[in-house]
Amino acid sequence: MSPETKPDYLISPEGLRVDGRRPDELRPVELKVGVLKQADGSASIRQGKTYIIAGVYGPRELHPRHLALNDKAYLRVVYRMATFSVPDRKKPAPSRREKEISMVIANALSPALFLEEFPRAVIDVFIQVIQADGGTRCASINAASLALADAGIPMRSLVPAVAVGKADGVIIVDLGDEEDKYGQGDVPIAILPPTDEITLLQQDGFFTRDELLEAIQMGIGSCKYLHELQKDALKRAYVRKTPDGEPVEEEDEFEDDLETDLGEADMPEEDE
Amino acid sequence: MSDFSSQTISHIDREFIAELLGKGERLDGRAFDQYRDIQVEANVVPAKAEGSALVRLGDTSVVAGVKVLVGEPYSDAPDEGVIMVTAEMSPIASPLFELGPPKEDAIELARIVDRGVRESEMVDAKKLCILEGKKVYMVFADVYPLEYDGNLIDASSIAVNVALLTTKFPEMKVEEKELVATGKILSLPVANIAVEHTIVKIGKHLILDPTLKEEFVQDCRLTMAIDEKNNFTALQKGGGTGAMSLSLIEQAMDMALVAGKDIRRKIDESVKAVK
Repeated sequence: MSPETKPDYLISPEGLRVDGRRPDELRPVELKVGVLKQADGSASIRQGKTYIIAGVYGPRELHPRHLALNDKAYLRVVYRMATFSVPDRKKPAPSRREKEISMVIANALSPALFLEEFPRAVIDVFIQVIQADGGTRCASINAASLALADAGIPMRSLVPAVAVGKADGVIIVDLGDEEDKYGQGDVPIAILPPTDEITLLQQDGFFTRDELLEAIQMGIGSCKYLHELQKDALKRAYVRKTPDGEPVEEEDEFEDDLETDLGEADMPEEDE
Repeated sequence: MSDFSSQTISHIDREFIAELLGKGERLDGRAFDQYRDIQVEANVVPAKAEGSALVRLGDTSVVAGVKVLVGEPYSDAPDEGVIMVTAEMSPIASPLFELGPPKEDAIELARIVDRGVRESEMVDAKKLCILEGKKVYMVFADVYPLEYDGNLIDASSIAVNVALLTTKFPEMKVEEKELVATGKILSLPVANIAVEHTIVKIGKHLILDPTLKEEFVQDCRLTMAIDEKNNFTALQKGGGTGAMSLSLIEQAMDMALVAGKDIRRKIDESVKAVK
């Protein structure tokens, strides 16, 4: 209902963007792990005004059964926007856009997962966009990969993602809503940080060869930064701290028992 | 994480809960007529929704958002705006909720919360008319459960109330057949507030605000919408096939009347906090 107007420029004469950011600057990002009690794993992300919650269930039995895969788990991603997350009310039924984005997110996440460990099961990733202000598919990937880790799903690495774009001829990172709507292009990318392999790559708009390569380079750089934020968020949820902020050294009470058990029961006696 | 992957509960749990109730106790130590801890946060979707609220009722949480659009009125009420409440049981909220189009329970949830708002005449629909027969405001309040640990109805009712009470939207008028904003920001014309209270029957006991475990063993539930003047504006018996005697219903009504005051204060506080 709020009327939106096109800003006069997307890059100011001083080289700053509509919200005052530098071209390679991300919006403030806040990641939280373990935000939903019922889910096996969960995380939320606030990136600028974008606010998204992801919940993971599984690996669990798959319904309907005909979707089951015999050699690996089925990664089912459901990306949904709340009706009130956008300026005009979104119709409650899933749109074609939501279905495509769900698939794209699944493709971005699955290279990081050991799905072959769980044949015939499903890993459900439910993504709820509470407030959309640009970059929701990338923010969803950031939150979903944290939720997967929180659920204890075996992973090669977390998956950071960011949208790179072009506004007034300048390559910019982490598009806001206005830059997305009125800019000249949008390149969402996601990477696996250990290898720099790209798991999500889409593009809209006009880019020359060099611009596109520059955009992807810039995106990889930002993804590495986001990866650090993701790791920090996981540590905040799992590393116990003393009141002075020092990590607690945990004593493994079962260590000794385990060694004795193995030693006595399972060590085969060598034949002379 | 929840213990439940299906809507079943062991006989041992069932007997344990019933036995506890016999001793006047509940699983989480609450009194029979006591709500779980309630946290209400208004305006959680400030940039896109006209009104919004996040409500936590123990380990149950829901987010509600309001969108105000302009559309055509229904032909049988040409001078009245439209108010509609919908709810979705998104599978993010519980391992019990499945993907797919809304099922009976989701539709019941939406309709109960909708009736709580509608039957209490909370929003004066006549004041939502811009041009009779042509243009009216259409108010949509949509509820998304985030965590389901029982009693979604009351949590949703509180969230919808707070979201509607904190709704701000631009005033529109028709000028030469064009819709233009006057530049004024309006609140909804709220005439009444009704909050829903759910009481379930387990054996011969009545308990307020059931948790998920208690819902599993309930015989039936009774939801009552009560307004500021202590009028009952909507009732719904559901949640199972159990029957209720008139004396139990009377007892439930009195329980709800007492519980209502506290909840209404919580709503007032959260609305004031954003103003």
